[in-house]
Amino acid sequence: MLNVSRQTWLEILAEAWGSYPNEACGVLVARPEIDSPIVRFEPIVNAADSSRVFTLDPMGYMKAERRADDEGLAIVGVVHSHTHTAAYPSPTDVDEATKPLVPPTWHWAIVSLAWGFPELRSFRVTPGTGDTMTAAGIVEERVWLS
Amino acid sequence: MSSTTALVRLPTVLRPQAGGNTTVNAEGETVGEVLSTLVSTYPGLGPTILDDDGDVRKFVNLYVNDEDIRFLDQLDTTVADGDEVAILPAVAGG
Repeated sequence: MLNVSRQTWLEILAEAWGSYPNEACGVLVARPEIDSPIVRFEPIVNAADSSRVFTLDPMGYMKAERRADDEGLAIVGVVHSHTHTAAYPSPTDVDEATKPLVPPTWHWAIVSLAWGFPELRSFRVTPGTGDTMTAAGIVEERVWLS
Repeated sequence: MSSTTALVRLPTVLRPQAGGNTTVNAEGETVGEVLSTLVSTYPGLGPTILDDDGDVRKFVNLYVNDEDIRFLDQLDTTVADGDEVAILPAVAGG
C-alpha cells in the first residue's frame, strides 16, 4: 500500500503540472519498513528533459538519499508523471524498474495527466524471467490518501 | 598498499552485501582502485557494479565529491584521502 498524505499528493500534483508537458519525477521518502507512510515527496530534476521519458538527476538523487540517511529514513519509491498515457508502467518503466540497483520493494508511483483529470496509481515491479513486459511482475498496490 | 582511503557511499540495495553499512572505507589512489578494494572486501558487490570486462555498468553512477566521474577521468579519476566516492543508481523510466 502507498500511504500518502493529501498534502504530499498535492505536492506531487503541483510538480507534475509544473513540469508539463515534460514528465516530472522525484522520490518518496519514508521509514524503511515496508508500507510505512510516506514522510515526503522530493521532486528531482528530470535530466532527460522529455515528455516521454524521465531520468532522475543523479546529483538530486544523491542529495535526497543523503538527507534521508541522515534522518534515519530511506528512499522507498519513485514517482513520475505520464503526460500522454495511462498511469500504468510502460515497457521502459518495467525495464528500468527491474535494474539491479532499484530495490524491488520500491513503490513505482505514476501520475497520469493524459485526460485532464489527474490519476495516481502505484505498483511494485519485480524482475521477470524472460520478455520484460510479459514476464515481469507488475502488481498494483492500493493508494491511501491519509 | 595505498595510504589513501576513500569513504564509499553505497545505495540502499547494496548495503546488505556490505554488512549493512551506509558507508565503508576503501583504499585506493583512483576510483578504479577504490572499487577493486571494495569488491575484494565485499565480493557480493562486484557483479552489480562492474561487468565482466571490469567496466562500470550503465545503470551505475559514480561520483567523487559530487562530481560525475564521466566528466573527470572515469575510473582513472584520482582520489584523495577522505574523498567520498558515491555509488548511485541510475533511475529512469518512461
